[in-house]
Amino acid sequence: MQHHTSYVILKKERFDDFISSLSRMQKLVAPVAKGFNNYSFEEVHSAKNIALKYIPTILPAKKFFMPQRETLLEYRVSKHVKAEAVVEYEKMTIFGLHTCDLAGIQCLNMVFSERPKDYNYLTRKNKITLIGLECNEYCDEYASCHLVNASFPSGGYDLFFTDLGDYFIVHVNTLTGERILDITNCFEKSSEANLNELYRMREKKRKIFSNEIPIKSRHIPELFDRSFRSLVWKELDERCLACGNCTNVCPTCYCFDIKEEVDLSLMHGIRYRVWDSCQLEPFAKISGGINFRKERSARQRHRYYRKFRYPIDKFSRFFCTGCGRCTRTCMAGISLKETLNELLKESEDRLWRRWL
Amino acid sequence: MEKVALKDSSYQLKRAKILNIKKLTDKEKFFEIALMDRDYLDHEPGQFIMISLLGIGEVPISICSSPTRRDSFDICVRAVGKVTNKLHKLKTGDEVGIRGPYGKGFPVRILEGNDLLIIAGGLGLAPLRSLITYVLDNRRDFGKVHILFGCKEPKEILFSDEMKKWSERTDLHYACTVDRADPEWAGNVGVITTLIPGVDIEPSRTFAAVVGPPVMYNFVIKELLAKGIPERQILLSFERHMKCGNGKCGRCQIQNLYCCQDGPVFNYEKIKYLSEAF
Repeated sequence: MQHHTSYVILKKERFDDFISSLSRMQKLVAPVAKGFNNYSFEEVHSAKNIALKYIPTILPAKKFFMPQRETLLEYRVSKHVKAEAVVEYEKMTIFGLHTCDLAGIQCLNMVFSERPKDYNYLTRKNKITLIGLECNEYCDEYASCHLVNASFPSGGYDLFFTDLGDYFIVHVNTLTGERILDITNCFEKSSEANLNELYRMREKKRKIFSNEIPIKSRHIPELFDRSFRSLVWKELDERCLACGNCTNVCPTCYCFDIKEEVDLSLMHGIRYRVWDSCQLEPFAKISGGINFRKERSARQRHRYYRKFRYPIDKFSRFFCTGCGRCTRTCMAGISLKETLNELLKESEDRLWRRWL
Repeated sequence: MEKVALKDSSYQLKRAKILNIKKLTDKEKFFEIALMDRDYLDHEPGQFIMISLLGIGEVPISICSSPTRRDSFDICVRAVGKVTNKLHKLKTGDEVGIRGPYGKGFPVRILEGNDLLIIAGGLGLAPLRSLITYVLDNRRDFGKVHILFGCKEPKEILFSDEMKKWSERTDLHYACTVDRADPEWAGNVGVITTLIPGVDIEPSRTFAAVVGPPVMYNFVIKELLAKGIPERQILLSFERHMKCGNGKCGRCQIQNLYCCQDGPVFNYEKIKYLSEAF
């Protein structure tokens, strides 16, 4: 059968060999435990440093694709305009990306491939190899990956690992993935029995991953169409501290500021971009001091609409991956699932009132 | 970490030279600029560029000349921030970096054959000057042309020489008003909406082009609708903060639209439901 060839298996006892061999090929990044149930994507050289069971890392993998600070232009400060656009990149493999994080990277791919293309992002993306790792159960109660169709793998990786007890079954998705199989030489052919075990695990998983919020994902855009003037936003106004944490940790947030820096010689300078946030007060301010999103309620609303409504028209997908990072990090305890539930409740109440 | 030059980057600058500088008011200066390397900007009326002063920063500025003149282009800059203040200190012959042109301007092909009602508030005249000069350079392609201009005080009037010429032309109707007059002012006093009811137009064949401060739009739109101009024939240009011009950085987003790519000129019918626009 054709699909057998795209699946291989890696026995757990060969996992150490695989990781060591992978890290010898090029820089290898994987989830690392940092204590207090925090995890971070960091460089590793051996399997013992990798946290195979982990809740989403503090920062998503976007930090490698769109670094927090990135040079766009280098120049000489002189009477003549002499500037050169540059891109900084590093070849690397990221091991252990959950399906939510792969979905986040797919979102960024779409944004930066849209014309005018962002070659800084695209160049870097070409140099990064992605190896996914399936969640067989929920990471914690904040996740809502099923709601946004990100709980099962749907491409965007070179290899994809699923833990089936004594071994991993691995989906080979690209030529780069095949090359890794050849070089590391740790994998075995999969059998019909292995695939059946994968299907059984997925069946079980389908029962666990369900009903995060009582709404079908296809109805979410309508819910947001009804909710622009919702009182839920007003409530967030009183709670939000406008710190910007939620957008920093979001795998699909990509807004940035462009800044300028000249070195001490006053001869050379760079223009660089840094992460910015629509939650910060000056973000939508124009000259003359007028601010088009002055209220925190309007800024929070904007964040939610950028996840659940606006990208639907443009990219036909949610820009929320259900990873739960925004909820975990919020100092004011604003919860994405709770907000969606409240919007839903309010919207239903309104519909009922119309009937009564 | 490796670093390579990125020839196709949209952040790459074009070199440009300042050919001419004129002081327009206390705060505004006019710059005539030409791209070097015999390059043409090839913009459409209403588009903008990103202008760079290396070591200081980059700002979006509307182009205020018509694309019918190809060898150079004009901008009108109010000194409000770091970059614009430094721009005001530059001299003829100095170099600047240019990216763009960006955005969607006024749809001149659609406007052709119709009457125009051009409404400019204050610095909003700058982007509209690109449309006005385009229309005057192709005068036979357009029907009746009305230009209304309003600003706070007479000393804020931009391009007063050109306005004088417009007011003397017989093939267009020009009116001007100020919110507060000074002793020498002999013209109309009042906000710009006071000029609209008196304009003699045939609404079904008139397109309105409006640019001004944010507060102006709601009032002007109300008057235009009262006049009977269809919503889809009202064109508005919005000012938002922009960092990239590529529809990525998120600064200029108005709900689901990016001002830098979907605008800055929008059709009122398409954006009237956007509460963040007004």
